[in-house]
Amino acid sequence: MRVCLWGTRGSIASAGPETVRYGGNTACAEAEGRDGTIVVLDAGTGVRRVGNTYHEPRRLDILLTHLHMDHIQGLGFFAPLFQKDFEVHVWGPPSTTQDLRTRLTRYLSPPLFPVRLRDVAARLELHDAPMGRFEIGGLEVTAQTVIHPGQTLGYRISDGESAMAYLPDHEPALGTDGMPDRPDWTSGHDLAAGVDLLVHDAQYTADEYAQRVGWGHSRVSDAVDLARMGGARRLVTFHHDPAHNDETLDDMLAGAQARAAGALEVLPGREGQTFRI
Amino acid sequence: MAQRDVSLILMRQLASGIAVPMFVADEKGDLLYFNEPAEVLLGRQFDEVGDLSLEQQREMFALRDDSGNPLPPDQPPLAVALRERRPVHRRLWMSSLDGRDHAIEATAFPLLGGGGHLIGVVAIFWVAKKA
Repeated sequence: MRVCLWGTRGSIASAGPETVRYGGNTACAEAEGRDGTIVVLDAGTGVRRVGNTYHEPRRLDILLTHLHMDHIQGLGFFAPLFQKDFEVHVWGPPSTTQDLRTRLTRYLSPPLFPVRLRDVAARLELHDAPMGRFEIGGLEVTAQTVIHPGQTLGYRISDGESAMAYLPDHEPALGTDGMPDRPDWTSGHDLAAGVDLLVHDAQYTADEYAQRVGWGHSRVSDAVDLARMGGARRLVTFHHDPAHNDETLDDMLAGAQARAAGALEVLPGREGQTFRI
Repeated sequence: MAQRDVSLILMRQLASGIAVPMFVADEKGDLLYFNEPAEVLLGRQFDEVGDLSLEQQREMFALRDDSGNPLPPDQPPLAVALRERRPVHRRLWMSSLDGRDHAIEATAFPLLGGGGHLIGVVAIFWVAKKA
């Protein structure tokens, strides 16, 4: 499987010379299975660039973890939506009150956005993501709710040979003194267990987290502890705080690598980075 | 052991931080957790009791109505909330595992997930008066 990061920043896009190495676009990743099936994970501002790489008409699936702006803001700039021979499926967290189209059009309609979803040229289908396993082409996708304000999903994606998990917004330590010590009582454990690559929220330092409990994000140490608990082979830090420049993120990464103590590889989540697993 | 649904995890974390006795059970009514205030009421630590089925709970705590009659299996608030998927409140009697009898008020309510599916059930208790 090929996994590429197109936007690694959380909360708000933060392009500038101080963020050039880790990137300033908000959450977006891409996974391609052995058979060529592609899923795009989240549609933050990074989705604009990945959209520009698809030149031939095809089916594309976008898996939204939740509908906060930093995860959907790029959707209206996803070029395949405006090409009539493309087929775009958008999957998002289910709701008992409104379907996905209704929720998305709160943003993707005037006055907040000039084009309505119903006016895009591509064949567009919107789905409530099924809880549990489902298939998209040659990829097996598992969706589970994770701890984050509002209905939020994490995804595990496997092509039969390798697996990755994507939990960009996740606060598994909420309400605990540190991380829970039992897998069955730890949010995100089953998604992350045994994966070759875990892309996980690592937004805060310990000091920052103490001031932001309940905001839905992880300390770097929580990401490492979750990865270790589940036996993930590699952890990629993700959803970087917009206030963190490249040097701060280097320091946080070094701390994470020290905490991992060789039990797993901890890699920096940098925009444009590709992993083959 | 498979990871619990995140709503159960959050409910357990909430229960662990409040002063109201609280039970958290799964979609079959099997007891998954009770908090420290519930431990005081029940006379036993959760780690000593472990997971209990609905029927085991009814028998272990000798649940009774105001007349002293054992509650039928379908009458404990947890069972009603699970079966009818609605909140339920009632007064009942129970015996703690250290031999004390309590009149309690119990409120149970189902936990429904984002797709409307049943995830589990929660019950909270008040001691009405000491026996």
